Amino acid sequence: MAHAPLIAHLAHRAALADAAASARPAAAGGTGRPVVLAERADATVVRGGSVVAKAHAPCGDLGRLALRLDVAAHPLLDRVLLAPLPAAESPWTGARETGEGPKRRLVDTLPDGRPVSLWPYGTPVDPGAPEAAPWEALGALLARLHAVPLAALPGALPPMRGPDKAVRALESLRRTVRRTAAARAVEAAWAALPAWTRDEAPPPRADALCHGDLHLGQLVRHPAPDGPWHLIDIDDLGLGDPAWDLARPAAWFATGLLAPADFGRFLDAYRAAGGTALPGGADGLPLDPWPRLDAPARALTVQLAARALVRAEAEGRAPDETDRALVDACSRIAGS
Amino acid sequence: MQCPKCRAHMQTYNRSGVQIEQCGGCRGVFLDYGELEALTRLESQWSQPAPPPPGPAAQPYPPAPPAWGAPHHGHHGHHGRHKSFSRMLFSS
Repeated sequence: MAHAPLIAHLAHRAALADAAASARPAAAGGTGRPVVLAERADATVVRGGSVVAKAHAPCGDLGRLALRLDVAAHPLLDRVLLAPLPAAESPWTGARETGEGPKRRLVDTLPDGRPVSLWPYGTPVDPGAPEAAPWEALGALLARLHAVPLAALPGALPPMRGPDKAVRALESLRRTVRRTAAARAVEAAWAALPAWTRDEAPPPRADALCHGDLHLGQLVRHPAPDGPWHLIDIDDLGLGDPAWDLARPAAWFATGLLAPADFGRFLDAYRAAGGTALPGGADGLPLDPWPRLDAPARALTVQLAARALVRAEAEGRAPDETDRALVDACSRIAGS
Repeated sequence: MQCPKCRAHMQTYNRSGVQIEQCGGCRGVFLDYGELEALTRLESQWSQPAPPPPGPAAQPYPPAPPAWGAPHHGHHGHHGRHKSFSRMLFSS
């Protein structure tokens, strides 16, 4: 958990930027109390008025983060990724960024060394009403993200970090959960996965810009409250197999947790917007998506199951119905 | 009984309640009257819905789950109201 000083720093940054954006004094209290939107090991996010300040993972690669922020700010990603706000008004004193010459500072460092970025506030999907999730918008956003011409983007993009996150989920499971039958089922499924999904080999293709950590918390409407949907969270953005971005909804569907109609809406919208991850027949009819989705969907099922068991352990409870559905899917993956 | 083809000994097996005789030599199978119909009936009860007719390999929507997918797919739609399911949709 983050310390209070970190939250105070983020609140201060957000309030200053909000005051600058709305041309009112930060001390006037126009932004109201800061709100902590997320507090995880890898990120702390605080909202102050119309601005959100995000402290990224400590010890990350600052150059890569700066490059990912540059991509999000690029006009080609307009209305696909939410664009960051300038993060530092003062002269840059931190590590050198991408060496591309003078530019807006999109990343700054906090006194504790953690990188910080600033974003306009957007309205998220209501966690209490996931059935209202914008599956069509999500499919179309991903199709446009995957179609971005890489040559036009700044710098040499790092790899998409999806498989790396799967590895980290398994490490977390091994660190924190006893060797129960459920944990063994997750390990067995992990052992049966293709090497590239375990970040042990290059992906079959790395020719597309990928989000890398897609879920319903990665969508916001901007301008709030009813502007168009945008993708957020660029920490795992990079080059990879675009099937990875479709694979978490595919995993929810395959484990029986997401209604077939919702998954169908998502895939239909992705195809209709020209998504490149899925094959189309010569006659224009869609082909079976599973040859493309199967390997990453298995990996994400294993990742979800590992995270679910870690969460259950942390909350001191037995795995619930959702957790067990994921573990059951792992047993079938290991046996298939 | 003896196999009518190669004369080797035939052994009786039970398949879903239907008695069938298989030859230990040529592995041929002998069905009594009505047993083929009984097996066909059982098969139609147990098998998945008929595969789509041949033609363009169009993907039916909603698509079918993969082989390792949940066996009773679609019956879990009401999971959507569960708090833990909702939380999973919103986290890594």
